[in-house]
Amino acid sequence: MFARIIPIVIKEFLELKRDKWARFRLIVPTLVQMLLFGYAATYEVYHVSTAVLDLDHSQESRELISRFTSNGRFDVVKVAQSQREITEAIDRSDAAVALVIHAGFAELLRKGQNAPLQVIVDGTNSNTALIALGYVGTIAQGFAQDYASDLAERVQGVRGMKQIQVTLEQRPWFNEDLNGRWFFVPGLIGTLTLVIIVNLTAFAIVREREAGTLEQIMVSPIRPAEFILGKTVPFFVVGLGEVALIVAVGILWFQVPFVGNPLVLLLGSALFLLSSLALGLLISTLCLTQQQAFSMNFFLLNPFFILSGFAYPISSMPQLLQWLTYVNPLRYYLVVIRGTFLKGVGLGVLWPPLAAMAAIATVLLTTSILRFRKSLE
Amino acid sequence: MNAAAPIVSAKALTKRFAETAAVDGLSFTVNRGEIFGLVGPDGAGKTTTMRMLAGVLPPDTGSIVVDGIDVVSKPEEGKQHISYMPQRFGLYEDLTVDENIRFYADLFEVAAGVREERAQRLLTASGMSQFRSRLAGQLSGGMKQKLGLTCALVHTPKILLLDEPTTGVDPVSRRDFWRILYGLREQGVTILITTAYLDEAERCNRLALLHAGRILYCDTPVALKQRMPGALLVISSPAGRKVRAAIVGQAGVSNVILVGDGVHVVVDDPHTCIPELGDALQRAGVPFTGIVAGEPSIEDVFVSLLENTGKTQ
Repeated sequence: MFARIIPIVIKEFLELKRDKWARFRLIVPTLVQMLLFGYAATYEVYHVSTAVLDLDHSQESRELISRFTSNGRFDVVKVAQSQREITEAIDRSDAAVALVIHAGFAELLRKGQNAPLQVIVDGTNSNTALIALGYVGTIAQGFAQDYASDLAERVQGVRGMKQIQVTLEQRPWFNEDLNGRWFFVPGLIGTLTLVIIVNLTAFAIVREREAGTLEQIMVSPIRPAEFILGKTVPFFVVGLGEVALIVAVGILWFQVPFVGNPLVLLLGSALFLLSSLALGLLISTLCLTQQQAFSMNFFLLNPFFILSGFAYPISSMPQLLQWLTYVNPLRYYLVVIRGTFLKGVGLGVLWPPLAAMAAIATVLLTTSILRFRKSLE
Repeated sequence: MNAAAPIVSAKALTKRFAETAAVDGLSFTVNRGEIFGLVGPDGAGKTTTMRMLAGVLPPDTGSIVVDGIDVVSKPEEGKQHISYMPQRFGLYEDLTVDENIRFYADLFEVAAGVREERAQRLLTASGMSQFRSRLAGQLSGGMKQKLGLTCALVHTPKILLLDEPTTGVDPVSRRDFWRILYGLREQGVTILITTAYLDEAERCNRLALLHAGRILYCDTPVALKQRMPGALLVISSPAGRKVRAAIVGQAGVSNVILVGDGVHVVVDDPHTCIPELGDALQRAGVPFTGIVAGEPSIEDVFVSLLENTGKTQ
């Protein structure tokens, strides 16, 4: 029934074997991107360049500033003498944060009143600004609390009149140190595989169209399903190799723990690969030239990343975009990857995303088989 | 199946691309076991016709029956019996000669033993048996075409469609190519070939002259030559252009074709024209070594028939 799948598979493997560039393309960019993401992609903020203007010159103001310098999160790069210098430092990006303590700061504190600390942040990088502001808040609050209890002690002469506080007992599950790398590196299995597989397959049919071999295939008695499935198998094998490579680097080099069932990850990877392959083949049946396939890839891949939860939380997206994520196989695969790597949950929890990927793969593969016409029109 | 009935029968085929009709009401039949040539200038509709016969391009109107199969409504059934070799045969350049042959054999589910026997015979005939493990991308143009033919013939087609198979192929390879085609005809394969080389057209059993998507004439090469109005004179001269300038417009001259060593002239009546043309050339001071009646080549016929069509339109 499907006897003609085999010659297509053999032919694809032979072409892949002869293509010296293919091996390079499959391995080197993957490793480079893994290292980049593993080391460079982090939301954590350290060493924020900070300018300070102390117009109060009191013991209190110096104490507050020293809390910033001793913290490691902030590097005081400029001690300004005037407001104008602060403006300049922010404008020239010498400093991302500026702290201004106005005259009268200590006096207000000594009277037991609220005292302002002016914080200027460079909002052009809103993410860093937001996180830095959070740190500023924590440091300022710590200072205020310590000062208040000191004051209480001095005024009332007793220790113990402590203020009531809610203390946080932070206990992050699955990633106790909230290590950003543990979040990013497993996600790379999905994103890098998607890029590689969609790229390989998107050109798979277009290339034959341009080389004239497709015309030859069309005049043969091959069935569209045989042709499309024959194209799928080799790229599926290549994709599994890619997944294995990225998983190995993640676990062995970046020390990301893997606590779940490898078979569940394998199943998820297989379904995800089928969806990506089918997407690439669909692009390939829609495009007439490699140039078109390239533009189509470029146009499609970014939305797939953004709407996947790889870097940006889906729950923060507008409702319409959240709906779009439901047709994105990467969204489901990331759930499976993070579930198996860090949480160690099994099929009982992960069956819905697995089923969703199976459905997407089926629809896309069927569509590309139906789209593939043995006609030059 | 009646052996005398035509194996290919195309009726009133029309195919339009945007506003232009590439093929415009084409009808012809091909007899079992003949080599049938479609000849015409670029854009005459040769490739479009071939693609429609191969079942990869549906015609707008008209019917095609190949060996009893309606190719328009059941293109997949026709593909079992037809082998189509487009102008540029799609070879996988990263695969070797043998691997290409094997791929196309497998697509037609040819058994390994049969494939090997055929490949050997075809490659020997085309002088390529020592290149079987060479990558297709490293073959010369002529060898690529011969490999294409081998791939196209590795299953036993009843009908072979060849679209300008020898364009850009060296003379030696072309001779090999035709030898293989004659061998196939002896085995009963019907061959439909398009060509822009008019010397090749003479090798066909029958020819159809195609122009602007229509068949002007369809006959054997000999009969076509007889259709040529008038007679052909060959003027040998080292200055062909001057000869042409001197005799164009002379009474009784209908066509002047430049050739390597002079000109071919189509005239009404050779007996009166030979002395008249000689006089005209002498008056003009154009050197020439002789004027004799000649046997028209298919090229002369073709140009002459096309010119007449242009005049009547």
